[in-house]
Amino acid sequence: MPKDGSVVRLDGQGKPLWLVLELTYRCPLKCPWCSNPVDYARDGEAELSTAEWKRVLREGRELGALQLGFTGGEPLLRDDLEELVADASALGYYTNLITSGVGLSEERLIALKAAGLNQIQLSLQSSERELTDTLVGARAFDLKVKVAHLIKAHGFPMVLNVPVFRHNIGQVEDILALAEDIGVDYLEFANIQYYNWAMVNRDELLPTLEQLQAAERAVQAARERLGDRMTIYFVIPDYYEGRPKACMNGWGAIHLTIAPDGVAMPCQEARVIPGLEFESVRDQPLGWIWHESPLFRKYRGLDWLPEPCGSCSEKEKDFGGCRCQAFLLTGDASNTDPACSRSPHHHLITEAIAQAHAPGRKLQALVMRNDRNSRLLAQGGGCGSNAGQKGGGARLTVARVEVDHV
Amino acid sequence: MTDTATPSPPAAGERYALNPMYLFRWEPTQDSHVLLYPEGIVKLNQTAGDIIERCDGKRTVAELIAELQQRYPGDDDRVAEGVYKFLEVFRAKGWIRRQA
Repeated sequence: MPKDGSVVRLDGQGKPLWLVLELTYRCPLKCPWCSNPVDYARDGEAELSTAEWKRVLREGRELGALQLGFTGGEPLLRDDLEELVADASALGYYTNLITSGVGLSEERLIALKAAGLNQIQLSLQSSERELTDTLVGARAFDLKVKVAHLIKAHGFPMVLNVPVFRHNIGQVEDILALAEDIGVDYLEFANIQYYNWAMVNRDELLPTLEQLQAAERAVQAARERLGDRMTIYFVIPDYYEGRPKACMNGWGAIHLTIAPDGVAMPCQEARVIPGLEFESVRDQPLGWIWHESPLFRKYRGLDWLPEPCGSCSEKEKDFGGCRCQAFLLTGDASNTDPACSRSPHHHLITEAIAQAHAPGRKLQALVMRNDRNSRLLAQGGGCGSNAGQKGGGARLTVARVEVDHV
Repeated sequence: MTDTATPSPPAAGERYALNPMYLFRWEPTQDSHVLLYPEGIVKLNQTAGDIIERCDGKRTVAELIAELQQRYPGDDDRVAEGVYKFLEVFRAKGWIRRQA
């Protein structure tokens, strides 16, 4: 597991412990590493209604889901968010709001608290106003800092999530200082994973190994200094790991994501893999989708594993890595994740690193996540160096659900 | 924060309370007590649940031990030893905090 500072034991006993609801793909920010599909703006089915989301909540709880993430897009753009949080709380979920902070007024914070919201994960991209605002394509920095203080003032446990890439990897110490000032409980430096928009912009975003090592040293020093005042996670980019991430703790093991239109997925990115039969909660009971559907059974467990995974002593640790990454890089989702140094395709990773840092390579502008670029990418059009490749996302690919037994 | 950087082991007169970052409750689908926190789940065995349930900031460790000795009669020394060991582990994990 490419994350130190956490204990992960893998035993969902066949239950989808971690249910993530992508309430909408709409978002006020334009982050060029967004984990939403690059073709999110295509014409598709409407977002689930309040009543439909409530049915998902009830069915998920019956399946044994415990942790619930409200995400997007920006979930605050749904004006039924408070109603859904209240419903989820009453059902017994631990409720996490994963937000950019845009739209999180004090009134809504109070309403969310009253609805029973348990914690808020706020994203922050930089310790600098100008860089933040440029990277997210909106004037967001001042607002985010203000919202962070408000979240603490209202007594929520708070995770500050910092997606890490070349532009901000040198700011670890400044971001730590800012987080300390806010009184953050959990600080997560999440090196972005290269799917979807991040894949389009991979050459520009991928840090060097030296940058990564310097950031890790800064995190380690902070851990020693801060002790148990703040928990600091550092998610390593699997490109530099030599071993694949235990993506989602295994396909269909503990993680279940529902897209805005009701499509159920083993991860937020799985829709990128062609040939899979996706089912919508509009058409099928969630229990059937989770337990019986061909999609969730496809890569569940270890029996399907190819070589070199099948005979590998680490297969119970990483389950062969990420299916979406295997597809994106090798064209076949059932291959060993090329992030593994034992994969016959591992050269694709080392070549990608070399390409991103080739001396004299002409820097490209970041392809921002917006409707225009989404439509271009949906047509396979060229607005990025890897414009033909769709798929996979960043933030939750390494499912951080810690399941510990005592 | 009430814990020091180099903590001493739990003592009989001390009181412990759940870290407010954690939610402790019975979870029927797991048939056990659980601790829930941002994006995390800890499934507790019966003994762990019995102890954390009593970390309310009011009971002393001695009182907690006496209650569990009543609940699990037969080997008082083993129960006391177990409680001390568990408290130390839970505190190190950040689940409970020593009250000032």
